[in-house]
Amino acid sequence: MLFGIEWDTSGGWAFAVSILPILLHGLWVTIQATVLGFIIALIFGLVLAALKGAPTRFIAWPAKLVTEFLRDTPLLVQLFFLYYVLPDYGLVFPAFLTGALALGLQYSAYTSEVYRGGLEAVARGQREAARALSLSPTRTFTHIILPQAIPRIVPALGNYLVSIMKDVPVLSVVTVLEMLNVAKIIGDRTFNYLIPLSMVGGLYLIMTLIASYGVRYLDTRLPKHGLPLK
Amino acid sequence: MKDPIIKFDKVTKRFGKVTVLDELDFEVGQGEKVTIIGPSGSGKSTVLRILMTLEKINGGVVYVGGDPLWHERRSGNKLVDAREPHLRRMREQMGMVFQQFNLFPHMSVLRNLTEAPRCVLGLSKQDATARAEELLEMVGLNEHADKFPGQLSGGQQQRVGIARALAMRPKIMLFDEPTSALDPELVGEVLNVIRSIGAKHDLTMLMVTHEMHFARQFSDRVCFFDKGKIKEQGTPEEIFTAPKEERTREFLHAVLNPDE
Ligand SMILES: Nc1ncnc2c1ncn2[C@@H]1O[C@H](COP(=O)(O)OP(=O)(O)OP(=O)(O)O)[C@@H](O)[C@H]1O
Ligand SMILES: [Mg+2]
Repeated sequence: MLFGIEWDTSGGWAFAVSILPILLHGLWVTIQATVLGFIIALIFGLVLAALKGAPTRFIAWPAKLVTEFLRDTPLLVQLFFLYYVLPDYGLVFPAFLTGALALGLQYSAYTSEVYRGGLEAVARGQREAARALSLSPTRTFTHIILPQAIPRIVPALGNYLVSIMKDVPVLSVVTVLEMLNVAKIIGDRTFNYLIPLSMVGGLYLIMTLIASYGVRYLDTRLPKHGLPLK
Repeated sequence: MKDPIIKFDKVTKRFGKVTVLDELDFEVGQGEKVTIIGPSGSGKSTVLRILMTLEKINGGVVYVGGDPLWHERRSGNKLVDAREPHLRRMREQMGMVFQQFNLFPHMSVLRNLTEAPRCVLGLSKQDATARAEELLEMVGLNEHADKFPGQLSGGQQQRVGIARALAMRPKIMLFDEPTSALDPELVGEVLNVIRSIGAKHDLTMLMVTHEMHFARQFSDRVCFFDKGKIKEQGTPEEIFTAPKEERTREFLHAVLNPDE
């Protein structure tokens, strides 16, 4: 029994059907961790991107260092760090929040590069034309650069959403009851790992296929020349 | 020349170790139509880009309308490096037309023309639209106001580019090879527009071009640039029929007889 739901070990199919609601419970946690991690990655990535683009080296350089650190150290190391070290400094978060934070921080390194890449890919001539027309830097950013960068940025960010979802099982090591962890507990208790793990694989496949399709759909729908302004 | 509206006083521009403009002295009179010709890399675009405040200078002083462009006057008439508000004020007197058009591809033609007048000059939507429609009429594109730049031919795009710059009512128009990116059959329509604004407005126009026939008909003065200096300048007659300098003759010969 898990989450108050009994399993039925009388046969393969019956077992599969009986544990599906339990796994869906775990899937819901996986989705929540994915979404929360993604939101943190979107926001902190934006902050990092802004800092890295700062004109003063004293700001840009540490931001670049942080990015490198987040990108080039394993997620597990970052997760353990947050989970076991922060409480020493009086910062105690539930495992789920800590896990989502670790995911979000690691992926902010990637999203910050996506933002920067997207903004820098807007042709230099666009900034020059805006300057020649005396448009303010803010107006240039919000109405000239951003609308042209978004169609490049959004699909790339979407791909990281899929990656985050596939990294969520790492959170099982800090006791988060996401889908893989749930399957493992079922296996531990019933000595049947094959069926729950296969189902986790299947559910993951369905989720990533849906997400990938969504990203591709967005990509085809976003106008290549930028969000139109009439 | 009475009072030059543009004046380069010993202006030096370097990119790294390469000196692109070498103590350049150059003046353009109010309302004058000046064409700059010269070989690739001679610094022609750099002159326009300095005026449009897209490139800083390394030495000398540029004056626009009597005021230093890249400097501000401080107590005792001392010149210090200009800050952004000064640059913005100065910039508003000028408009620029780019070789690659640089239209905003995500904005309709109308919006390309109304964006800056509304945001920078503070025109109301109606006023900006009225101004834009008048200009589109002038460049023969009033039917294309709601299209996006990608739906237009190169010649049409460049005419939008000209109208967009004019919508700010600049005193000085800068053209950097406005027809070089166009298919040959589209060059004429753009040159016709440039010719007509030259006639209608009391505009100072400074144009870099390789269209020698147009330069000859259109300009009051032609400047031949070579290696960051004005090698020779004069009326179109002087430059095109009796150039004094050997370099000018060579250049014109090469440009006018491209097949040899
Ligand atoms: N941003 C830059 N960085 C480095 N060098 C530059 C830069 N812009 C221009 N240059 C160099 O400065 C020189 C003059 O450039 P400029 O664009 O003014 O020449 P031009 O006369 O307009 O030539 P073209 O006919 O090819 O347009 C060239 O040698 C060019 O390579
Ligand atoms: Mg040039």
